[in-house]
Amino acid sequence: MKTNRLTECSNWVLERFPLTKLWNEHMAHYYAPKNFNFWYFFGSLALLVLVNQFVTGILLTMNYKPDAKLAFDSVEYIMRDVNWGWLVRYMHSTGASAFFIIIYLHMFRGLIYGSYKQPRELIWIFGMFLFLALMAEAFMGYLLPWGQMSYWGAQVIISLFSAIPFIGDDLSLWIRGDYVVSDATLNRFFAFHVISVPLVLVLLVFLHIVALHEVGSNNPDGIEIKKTKDANGIPLDGIPFHPYYTVKDIVGVGVFLIFFATIMFYLPEMGGFFLESDNFIPADPLRTPEHIAPLWYFTPFYAILRAIPDKFAGVIAMFGSIAVLFILPWLDRSPIKSVRYRGGIFKKALFVLVVSFIALGYLGTQPVTATGTIFSRIFTLGYFGFFLLMPIYSRWEKSKPLPTRVTDQPTMEDRIPALKEIFEEMTVLKPATDPADTKSYYGSTLLRRRPNPQGILKVMIRVAKKLKASLD
Amino acid sequence: MKNIFITILLLALSFGVVAGESAHLQHANINPTDNESLQRGAKHFVTYCLGCHSIKHIRYQRMSLDFGIDDKKVLSEIAPQGATIYQQMHTAMNAHDSEKWFGIQPPDLSLVSRSRNADWLYSYLKSFYTDTKKPLGTNNLVFKDVGMPNVFWQLQGEQKALFKIIEGGKEEIEKLVVDIPGTLSEQEFDAMVNDLVNFLVYVGEPIKLERERMGKYVLFFLGMFLLIAYLLKKEYWKDVH
Repeated sequence: MKTNRLTECSNWVLERFPLTKLWNEHMAHYYAPKNFNFWYFFGSLALLVLVNQFVTGILLTMNYKPDAKLAFDSVEYIMRDVNWGWLVRYMHSTGASAFFIIIYLHMFRGLIYGSYKQPRELIWIFGMFLFLALMAEAFMGYLLPWGQMSYWGAQVIISLFSAIPFIGDDLSLWIRGDYVVSDATLNRFFAFHVISVPLVLVLLVFLHIVALHEVGSNNPDGIEIKKTKDANGIPLDGIPFHPYYTVKDIVGVGVFLIFFATIMFYLPEMGGFFLESDNFIPADPLRTPEHIAPLWYFTPFYAILRAIPDKFAGVIAMFGSIAVLFILPWLDRSPIKSVRYRGGIFKKALFVLVVSFIALGYLGTQPVTATGTIFSRIFTLGYFGFFLLMPIYSRWEKSKPLPTRVTDQPTMEDRIPALKEIFEEMTVLKPATDPADTKSYYGSTLLRRRPNPQGILKVMIRVAKKLKASLD
Repeated sequence: MKNIFITILLLALSFGVVAGESAHLQHANINPTDNESLQRGAKHFVTYCLGCHSIKHIRYQRMSLDFGIDDKKVLSEIAPQGATIYQQMHTAMNAHDSEKWFGIQPPDLSLVSRSRNADWLYSYLKSFYTDTKKPLGTNNLVFKDVGMPNVFWQLQGEQKALFKIIEGGKEEIEKLVVDIPGTLSEQEFDAMVNDLVNFLVYVGEPIKLERERMGKYVLFFLGMFLLIAYLLKKEYWKDVH
């Protein structure tokens, strides 16, 4: 029979490779909690952006020249003379920033719903290694265009290692391969950026997902769905990842791509945040730019570095701010995972962390001023306070009772009428044409929607009150 | 407690204001779709700038494609004599000479509109004034002690600076006025500089118009994709309670 040829072929493979088993274990029979919300899109989006960076990165490598004399010009050659080169390069540069936005939101999700807690500590640790590898990848990739900011940013960051006592100078020399950032540095950064670190990233993503699928996903309620199973041993609150979450994640992909394409096609520089204006000047080792700042995703850590008066202590604080994330699972003493049922003190601490992180990010982009330094110190304290005081305050917490099953929350569709009402309250219809002017529109008045200051004030007060209430 | 919070908030809002007080820039009128203006700008660039500054990241052919004029016209009307259509816009001056004459090799201007911006370029080109202390006899209000002379002195005329005394007995430039008139009127000169800046903005990213045109179709497609994905999700999730 002819039709069976194909089946025979696939059987030949399946007898030798556990494709069905893998598919079932990780997709079709992998039961995920049914109450995932907005925050749960960012895992699959991170994977999407990783693939985007790989594909566009490989295409860029085909025309890029890792040579201090040619690098800058080769990037412009890609932008102008290579067919679709501009598109590939903007996808890569926008993708880099998008990656960090997604990863920060993904980490924040883990933080609010306690996804780092027992039994998911290892997933969090792998995730932190991923974050570290991603930072290395981004830092080394940013040197490759060989613009002024690439060059001087690398110069500043590598010179940080020279602050380490005894071995510092030799260490930074060893990293650079020269006394200043030079062709040697560019070549090794290129090798790391396109081969070593991507391999590490892929391996870590694999470990991250294997560890996740071993213990199962957490959820916004922070309770284990495996505790309540039906007769077949399937969690009552679980649904197969495929097709339910695959189709849901595709919606997330659609929304994300709309934002991504808008930036890529209309604001590729994103006001100097995604592509800095100084990086359109070729690297010049003899001319230091007036103001050196790393790209936006490093600025919170850069602000911590600058907040500390002593250089070596600053370096320790900067690395400490990342190291402290690794021990987070053991800093948190509360048995409750989700912020929904945790005490007010944790919510307030979390609020301080978010404000500190964003403020540090802003301060890191600004030139050093006396007031700026004072604020950087305050927010550095806020950042470290959240983590280092956690063993104390998480013990005092008065948590709320946990539900036994996952809860239903209003979906985005359910919220539309309420949002419409708020919109009505914040705007007012006003005649656009002068009623006395009889010639216009045959005397009828045309109504236009205009913002209503009183309504906006009322809504803002309500939002502030709600925010305050949610912190209790 | 509340007062402390408000004080901190006010302080936080105020420290952005302190930084950076540079010369007030004039507004350039940039229109990347105005092919006439871009062609005039290209001609001005070849006449007044290409002697010293290259724009090596653009080829003559790129302009003929983007401005909608044929290759022959680009070569006869815009490009300097002897250039071929596939050539990049290199300057004839060599680096060794320029370093001897100006102390620095004049930078390539392909990306100057992206490292600076249109308003800065427009203001800079209009802000040369006579300063007898400088080796080339001119200085610039926007870019102090720049090594470049005023290449438009015949067109714009020569400007001189009017000073005012500020606190501490120091002198500060209040404004520039035309001292010896040039061959162009003020409006004509402004229009000419504007064309030149428009051209430089184009050179900074020749693909800009194309990318913005394409973006509409991509976003339309993604909108449709999102709609279908959403309906699919809704259909599948009907049986999840």
